[in-house]
Amino acid sequence: MNVPDYIIPLIVAIPLLGAFLTPLVSRINDKLRNIFVIIVLALNAVLVFLLASDILTTGIKTYVFGAKDLSYPIVRILFEVDAMSIFMAIISSILVLVAVVYSWSFMEKNTGLDKYYTLILLLTAGMLGMVLTGDMFNFFVFLEITSIASCALIAFWIHRGESVEAGFKYIVISAMGALFVLFAVALLYGQYNALNIALLSSVIQYTFLDKIALVLLIVALAMKAGIVPMHMWLPDSYGSAPSSISIILVSATLASLYGVFRVIFTLYGNVLSNIANFGIPVNVFIGWLIVALAMVSILIGVIMALIQTDFKRLIAYGAVAELGYMFLGIGAGITALGTAYGKTALDGGIFHIINDALDVGLLFLVAGAIYYATKETSLDKLGGLARNMKYTTVFFVIGLLAVAGMPPLNGFASKLLIYESTFQLNPILAIVAILSSILLLAVFVKVFYSAFMGPQLPKFKDVKEVPKSMLFSMGVIACIIVIFGLFPEVIINNIVEPAANALIGYSEYISQVVAGGI
Amino acid sequence: MSGMSKIVKTISSIIFPFITIYGLYVIAHGHLTPGGGFQGGAVVASGLAMLLVAYGSVWTMGKLKEKHLSINQTLESVGAIGFIGLAFFGLIFGTKIFFNNFLVNKQDYLFGATVKLGETAANINTAGILPLMNFAVGLKVIAGLFGIVLLMAYATRLKEGK
Repeated sequence: MNVPDYIIPLIVAIPLLGAFLTPLVSRINDKLRNIFVIIVLALNAVLVFLLASDILTTGIKTYVFGAKDLSYPIVRILFEVDAMSIFMAIISSILVLVAVVYSWSFMEKNTGLDKYYTLILLLTAGMLGMVLTGDMFNFFVFLEITSIASCALIAFWIHRGESVEAGFKYIVISAMGALFVLFAVALLYGQYNALNIALLSSVIQYTFLDKIALVLLIVALAMKAGIVPMHMWLPDSYGSAPSSISIILVSATLASLYGVFRVIFTLYGNVLSNIANFGIPVNVFIGWLIVALAMVSILIGVIMALIQTDFKRLIAYGAVAELGYMFLGIGAGITALGTAYGKTALDGGIFHIINDALDVGLLFLVAGAIYYATKETSLDKLGGLARNMKYTTVFFVIGLLAVAGMPPLNGFASKLLIYESTFQLNPILAIVAILSSILLLAVFVKVFYSAFMGPQLPKFKDVKEVPKSMLFSMGVIACIIVIFGLFPEVIINNIVEPAANALIGYSEYISQVVAGGI
Repeated sequence: MSGMSKIVKTISSIIFPFITIYGLYVIAHGHLTPGGGFQGGAVVASGLAMLLVAYGSVWTMGKLKEKHLSINQTLESVGAIGFIGLAFFGLIFGTKIFFNNFLVNKQDYLFGATVKLGETAANINTAGILPLMNFAVGLKVIAGLFGIVLLMAYATRLKEGK
């Protein structure tokens, strides 16, 4: 299906316009404001899906701001959307829409909700901008928008000391990360007089300064994605933000993860496959580095999850482990660039991005539902909730099995791809990954037992099932998880495979902007 | 935070209009001279902050009502909507490009004059939507920065237990 080009800036502009209109609409009526925000985000999701259907059939689309077309030298702000960008945009728009529907009941009793919704819309604009942009400096700007909006949302429950602490930790970490990114962009700009990703990628030389820029970019973006050993902010932020925000933060960290992939595969795509250092090809070196980070993330995430007693912190450590699986798939894909199993690993890693977003998102929503019903997050004090909250229990079981990679749910499909491909790279990696996945199952079964099973506790006798808007949003995600689990081939062939091809095919990305390719 | 001496109050009342005019000048000439919406807005907001410091937060909070604060918030939203709205208008009028400068070089409209080649005196009636965007940013910065300063003043009042 063909859509007009101006749909690309609209995807970022509509949430921005909505964000600034929200305080005015909120003057009129609170209900009207909630409906307004849901309509804005639903409209945006429709635009994203329309654009996706176009890009998956016709290929990369570009949009130049404020001018008809690019002229040389390229100084214009440019959006360049390929299958990988639109894949991330789909994840963000689904998660944000679900979170806003969930917030209707979940945040009902809070004050200052006009600011809450404004910040959510700003965060959406930032995330979508990060994944759609084709310009390094523009990427930095959207990264900053995302950080500031998320910081304010993490500290939204400002009467709780730990929320403020988590927000402060997050803003310090992201300010540092953003400065690293800015410095790296300056290094690249100083050498090549360009900020456009495609143009930079076509001329990059892999000089000493480029190596520094690569290290800075990977470190800063992996820090914002929450990879061990830069994960210390993640459990705090996920754990102390409202649950509806935790699920949006999941997609915000995934947008940073997208930044890592874009930098390695596209910006340094030329270098990755063609240059060797000390006799080792660059892709093997970077690939093993990422695999090492991934293994550490998986192990530390799972082990730390085992000993947590707070429901949301436990899920947050589970999320760290899941991030490790994505990195493992992608890292194996980089190491074995060009081989068949490398491609499978890449497919698995990318498929796991959407699966993790859905699974961890569902678990956060369930944790929020339990908090809403009982005002309790400590696992030691919960128990017997399955008697009062039937639907929530079902959704938790679906989320638990999906996150632990049990068939027939979606986590199994992507983890199997990662296991079978990393086994060919090195059997030990696959063995550790499978064992960690089993441990993850143990962790969540423990949670299931302590929160939902057992005798009814006297203080939870009057606990009721959560309101319909929360059940509806959990149900939507649970349905998507089951559908993805039952028909993984459809998803892999239609959106994951094109995204993986887009990551590998950096020359196509370049030739859309730089005349005559490289 | 209580007010300062009568001398400070009088002098800052006299200086305040000049600071405001200077800030508005920087905003209005944003497309011609260094500075623009943000810088000019910051100048005006600092003038307001000076008044706040001179008269003290106790006196100011006594004068201000809930209604005034909500007007401040509305103005901030209007500034932001003006900026993004002008970008959207670029999509509606002219060549249908987001952020298109659809008013530039159109003699019939405000800010539509064409810039002459060579060394000429700067003409304020040029540059299409850029001055309008500067106005929007200026409004947002004045309202936003003054809102922050007011909030800080309010917090100092809480700390003193009044």
